[in-house]
Amino acid sequence: MKQKRILIIGASSAIAAACARLWAGDGARFFLVARDAEKLAAMASDLGARGASETQSFLMDASDTSAHAGMIREAFQAFQGLDIALIAHGTLPDQTACEQDAALALREFGVNGLSVIALLTGLASRFEQQRGGALAVITSVAGERGRPGNYVYGSAKAAVSTFCEGLRARLFKHGVTLTDIRPGFVATPMTRGLPLPAWLTSTPEAVAKRIVSGIGRGTDVLYTPFYWYFILCAIRHLPRAIFKRLKL
Amino acid sequence: MKLLSWGRYPPLPQAAHAVAWRAELPALLANVAQTCGTTLAYGEGRSYGDSCLAESGQVLSFRGLDRFLAADWSSGILRAEAGITLEAIIAVSLPRGWFPAVTPGTKYITLGGAIANDVHGKNHHRQGAFGCHVRRFGLLRSDRGRLECAPDLEPELFAATIGGLGLTGLIEWVEIQLMPVASGWIDGLVQRFDDLDGFFALSAELDARHEFCVSWVDCAARGKKAGRGIYMAGDFAAENWPLPAPRRKWRFPFMPPVSLVNTWSLRAFNAIYWRKAPPKSRRAPAAYDAFFYPLDSLLDWNRLYGSKGFQQYQALIPEREAGDGIRAMLTAISGSGQGSFLAVLKRCGGALSPGVLSFPRPGVTLALDFPQTPYLEEQLFPRLDAIVREAGGRLYPAKDAHMRGDDFRRAYPDWEKIEALRDPSLLSCFWRRVTQ
Ligand SMILES: Cc1cc2nc3c(=O)[nH]c(=O)nc-3n(C[C@H](O)[C@H](O)[C@H](O)COP(=O)(O)OP(=O)(O)OC[C@H]3O[C@@H](n4cnc5c(N)ncnc54)[C@H](O)[C@@H]3O)c2cc1C
Ligand SMILES: NC(=O)c1ccc[n+]([C@@H]2O[C@H](COP(=O)([O-])OP(=O)(O)OC[C@H]3O[C@@H](n4cnc5c(N)ncnc54)[C@H](OP(=O)(O)O)[C@@H]3O)[C@@H](O)[C@H]2O)c1
Repeated sequence: MKQKRILIIGASSAIAAACARLWAGDGARFFLVARDAEKLAAMASDLGARGASETQSFLMDASDTSAHAGMIREAFQAFQGLDIALIAHGTLPDQTACEQDAALALREFGVNGLSVIALLTGLASRFEQQRGGALAVITSVAGERGRPGNYVYGSAKAAVSTFCEGLRARLFKHGVTLTDIRPGFVATPMTRGLPLPAWLTSTPEAVAKRIVSGIGRGTDVLYTPFYWYFILCAIRHLPRAIFKRLKL
Repeated sequence: MKLLSWGRYPPLPQAAHAVAWRAELPALLANVAQTCGTTLAYGEGRSYGDSCLAESGQVLSFRGLDRFLAADWSSGILRAEAGITLEAIIAVSLPRGWFPAVTPGTKYITLGGAIANDVHGKNHHRQGAFGCHVRRFGLLRSDRGRLECAPDLEPELFAATIGGLGLTGLIEWVEIQLMPVASGWIDGLVQRFDDLDGFFALSAELDARHEFCVSWVDCAARGKKAGRGIYMAGDFAAENWPLPAPRRKWRFPFMPPVSLVNTWSLRAFNAIYWRKAPPKSRRAPAAYDAFFYPLDSLLDWNRLYGSKGFQQYQALIPEREAGDGIRAMLTAISGSGQGSFLAVLKRCGGALSPGVLSFPRPGVTLALDFPQTPYLEEQLFPRLDAIVREAGGRLYPAKDAHMRGDDFRRAYPDWEKIEALRDPSLLSCFWRRVTQ
């Protein structure tokens, strides 16, 4: 089996790291992008011991869109092409603070929405040229309906999901898949301290299994764990007259 | 989510502060210590009693610190963060021909927990305890910051931390020596014995010949059948067989209101189990998983004992008193009608671990579970404690929820060394109970 060449942006994310471990078991080669050198070093040694053939690291803040082109060039050069690119970075904004501070709201929208759209734009044309490969991006079930509790985050994720819908159709003709990954509640540093219901909260390892197999099959939209598909079906169909009265 | 220990007794739920990166630890330790007074590291919570519960009810969960840091597959030297489990290590090391040199009866424990309780396994008579295979580790203390400990670096803290019950500092990473193995299979043998003398005879004859030895004992049998059981031994198979397929795992799905383990189910089950084992020694090849970790295929099996939980009683009786001591304990237990299917006899060897408070000593250890009832602490445990005291034995803190302070201090006279080296920000319910 050929060793997969994998680019991960936001590689220090707990969900992305769990995916990387699964790929490492098959001897993958990694190009990891994150903004913290120490975390990248820890990940590289971990993946190496778990079987990764090679790991290269690249420091970048995803909001710094001017750095994207250089990073993408290096990633493609590193292994003469890529089989998988996963965009995983994100932040969970303080919604109440965003309501008082438009600049903050835009910054958060920038990290979770605009930076991802910029990266997808740059990556898409390279994947198109190489006529194959799998693009994947972690959005969220929160993007499906704006909730009073986190609509800045939700609308940024929704923007990415809608962007993906169109981009997927464009890439389809070139044999490139684009997977929109929508996790439900996952216990990671991002959700630390939030009062998530334990019975609905999954682990990075569990969602990673489904993500890795979904990317492998080129699934278009992936809910993880799977039951969020049904939860979201119900939520999507709630009439607005009721939805706006709910405390969510 | 609130955490308990494996026995779910004592019911002192812990709030968990998760750690994902080593860089976060110093600030988190300072922060929790300042707001809550003290705290404690929590690994996989596979300790039964209250030694993994913080006195403040606020633990630092190490599950997220589970990265490999360096692996040298030519020498079997492995360095990893302290929250990594033996399961994760084996998944990576076994295909490359290496296995933990010492493993307890479950692989769902962390390196930090393995050091803090200086755990022992079926090869104690040959390899000693876990601490014998620890080369160095990183320790974070609230008063001294980051330290590296090894036999020749901070030797006092190195020895105090092994078996130090998590009190001497937070273990951040660990370097261990793995053991080379030729396959993932155990070339095993089983033979039942009719009474305790039978156990001692088999152990004397066969322990020295095999790497792994352990016995199951029928704790419900009385009279002439008392002390009957099954002796099991084995060695890693030398043949280069393909790795065993992962076993299917089941999860015990609910919490019964009362314990499903009782006198009747126990008697019936034990008698059948004993009879199924061969009277003469028979070879029994087994996958490593089934041999070392029979219980790991039933996740959450501790729910079997119901919402009140259970206690494990594990005592070590020194070699010279072992026959009489174990016999007296088994008589008291079978007379009480209490007990569990899980009752384990094992002879420990003379290899001394560097650990100051390590539990294993030359002698025989008996371990078994009891569904939690007030009867345990009012009647049965005082009786057993008296036998252990008389025989000059000791109880295992990793399994304990009842030991009297004076018994602990008599059995572990070096406890004051640990108290002197204790990180002032760390304190467990156990330590509070037995020392203050
Ligand atoms: C089915 C089963 C079988 C078992 N068989 C055996 C056996 O054969 N032999 C044996 O010796 N034990 C056995 N045990 C007990 C178990 O091996 C020990 O209790 C072990 O220490 C549990 O490790 P843990 O990672 O779950 O740690 P925890 O139970 O969470 O914690 C144990 C101690 O380690 C400390 N600790 C954990 N991580 C750190 C860290 N990073 N830094 C500092 N301190 C830390 C804690 O503070 C606590 O004092 C068994 C347990 C079970 C459930
Ligand atoms: N956890 C959930 O319940 C959940 C649910 C739905 C969707 N998601 C999505 O899943 C993805 C992964 O999150 P996670 O749960 O794994 O949480 P996580 O472990 O906190 O990961 C988030 C990662 O994003 C990185 N990041 C944030 N801003 C960045 C920036 N400007 N530049 C570069 N990297 C940046 C962080 O890097 P640092 O380490 O340097 O801070 C961190 O590694 C996110 O997109 C999140 O929105 C999560």
